[in-house]
Formats: sequence, C-alpha cells, structure tokens
Amino acid sequence: MSHDDFAASLSSLLSGASVTDVRRLSGGASRETWQFSADGRQLILQRQRVGDGRDMGSEVAVLRAAHGAGVAVPEVLAAATDPGALGAAFMVLSHVEGETIARKILRDDTYSHAREQLTTDCAIAAARLHAIDPAAVPSLVATDQLQLYREVLDTVGYPHPTFELAFRWLAANKPAPTRSCVVHGDFRLGNLMVGPDGLRAVLDWELAHIGDPMEDLGWICVKAWRFGSTKPVAGVGDYDTLFAAYRTESGVEVDADIVRWWEVLGTLKWGIMCIMQAESHISGAMRSHELAAIGRRVCENEHDLFLALDGRW
Amino acid sequence: MIPHDVPTARQLVESVREWIERDVLTETTGRLHFHARVAINVLALVERELEIGPGQADRHRERLRVLGFESDEELAAAIRSGGVGESGDEAIALRAAVWASVRDKLAVANPKYLDADRG
Repeated sequence: MSHDDFAASLSSLLSGASVTDVRRLSGGASRETWQFSADGRQLILQRQRVGDGRDMGSEVAVLRAAHGAGVAVPEVLAAATDPGALGAAFMVLSHVEGETIARKILRDDTYSHAREQLTTDCAIAAARLHAIDPAAVPSLVATDQLQLYREVLDTVGYPHPTFELAFRWLAANKPAPTRSCVVHGDFRLGNLMVGPDGLRAVLDWELAHIGDPMEDLGWICVKAWRFGSTKPVAGVGDYDTLFAAYRTESGVEVDADIVRWWEVLGTLKWGIMCIMQAESHISGAMRSHELAAIGRRVCENEHDLFLALDGRW
Repeated sequence: MIPHDVPTARQLVESVREWIERDVLTETTGRLHFHARVAINVLALVERELEIGPGQADRHRERLRVLGFESDEELAAAIRSGGVGESGDEAIALRAAVWASVRDKLAVANPKYLDADRG
C-alpha cells in the first residue's frame, strides 16, 4: 500500500478527517506502531503483523471496557480485525503524551510529583479495571497462571532446581481466589504512560485475562519492575499506600499475604521470561545482544525467590 | 595447558570493553549509546566468568554430588517428582546448596545485586 493510499484509508476510517504527518514509530515483533495527525489531532495506529495469532479484537474490547470503567487508557477511535481496510487487524487510538521509560520516571526531576502520586493512581486504575464486568469482554479466558507458567517452562526446556522449589512452595501455599475479574496481566512500570502529574494511561493490554485481581497488585511490586529502587510498588511507593488506595476506590480489603503470593509467582514468571528472551536470540527469532544478556538475569529472580521462601524480603 | 599467545581471552575481552567505554560511549547517544552500555556489561560479565567460572564449576559439581545428582536437570526433576528435600535437615541442605550456586551465578552476572541484598 502506497503512503498516499495508506493516508487515504486512514482518512476514510475517520469520517474523512484530513490525515497528515503519517510516520512509523516502532516495529515490535507482533505489531507496527504509527503516529499521524487527523484534523490536527495526534492519533496512534497499531497494526498487527502477518503471522501474529493473537486476537487484536479482544484487546480492543477490553480497552473500550476499561475506558468505560474510568481507567486511564487511550481511547479507541476505530478498529477492525478483518484485513479489508488496512491489510491487517488494526486499532486507531488517541495519542497520550507522556513517558514510559522506567529510568526516566524514577529519576528525572520532571516526574518528582508524579512519583508521589503514582502509587495511588495505579491503585485507582487497578480497582477500576477489576470492576469491569467480565461479561462485557467475553473473549477473555480464565487462566491458571501457575499451571500456565509450569507449561511455559517445560516448553522452553531449561529446568532449574530453584524454580522447582518455588513451584513447590507456590502450590503448597496457593490462596483461594479472592474474586474472578478482568486482570490486566502486565500491570507494571514500563507499561504505564506517566506525565508530570502522574499516571496518564495504562498500556499493553495484550495479556488481559480473567483471574484473581490480586495478580495485578503482586506483579507491579515484583523487584524487576522497581528498576533498582528500594520502594516496592513500581519503584515509587509502599505496600500500605497501594492497598489503602485500592480499598478506598474498590471497597475491597487487600490481604497482603495473598498479594505476596502473587509477587512470588511474578518473580518466578519473570525468571522464566528471562530465559524466553534469551532463547529468542539463541533461536534466531530476533538476534540481539540485549536479549541475550537478559538470560543471565535469571539468577536475580532465583535469589529473590530464595529470600521470599526464607520469609526475608 | 593452552597453546595460545598473550593476551589471554580475558585480556582480549577487556581490551574491547575498554575501547567501547573510551571511544564508543563518548561518541554515541540514544539507543546506540544504550546498546553500547549493554555491550560493556556483557563483556564485563564474560571477563568475570573467565576468571572465576572454572572454580565455580568445580564447586557446583561437588554440591550436586553431595546431594546425589549429576546435573541441575536431574535435581530439578527430582524436586518436581517429590521426595527430595521436603522437610528437616534435608530441606535445609538442599536449599543451601542450590542457593550457593545461585550466588555464584550472581557473582558473575551481576555482583552488585548481592551487595544490594537486604535479606
């Protein structure tokens, strides 16, 4: 599709708006991201790559439901899963100005006020997204995360004694589900668009599923997502602030031990994901010394798992 | 005994790392600068592994032998199928042995992570 045809297709999707400044932002493994102007308003296009099997329609449905529930998310302005309009499944989103790079959010003076606000903002976003009626997004499926990552590790095929000790502890201490909710599934620093005033948008809903909402609260506290900070919640806040703000917004009392269980599972998950990232280099799927190096971060997670199993973190 | 001339493998890797630190970092910005930093970290890791890796391999093998296994794969499979180190002194010994090897891995991969250990 030529550049002009592409702009014309975008225009017709947006009621004939004048489309200009179409530019490619990045090319991930599963989708392309473009930015453009429509009648002067900055918009984002995400277009799925050929061969990516995920259902973008499901992500669109959950984004719309999240927007309706008052979660800070980009607004979906157009979307389709059939390749008729743009050659592949796509969604057009409102452009949200802000920063996603963790290092900048945690250290730059621009975000000093945001850092004070972010824990409460995240608690509110989580409480609201957990209040979405699962019936509004029927494409989301319930997954047993413990079972899922057991299977993922077996598929990747690098057994680790530490992981087996962690799986054993997790199985022995598995809490009963608190509720069955829409869960973001990758709710962490890096997927949060932050402005000087605080949280602007929750991004990357590709891993949304039905499950225990405490999964999201545990994941945002996993040590890797503190990026070197000593503060547990996304590197900016403490557990009590997160739990209190969540209770205020949702009316749900948080059991810290259950969140801790999810944080331990999250640490195990990231350990397994580190192997997967290295494997994507080794297999040739995406040659990169950055991905290769992540393989040597597995032991950080193993060390944290031992601290957790010792009750010392 | 290796037949190679000087520099040693460790010294060669060190020379490349020093070049990136001295000449590449100062001339780059943005993504290239970031990826140069990653490269420095990778090369420093390899230097540490070349220096302390052989001793770690001996200690790792000995820890597994004391537990009655020849490899991490065997030990992992045994923990998973149950009956190994589930309670008492055996559990303490198992955890201590596996954790010791994890600390050795960190000593190569990211020694600062151990320094920051609050536990």
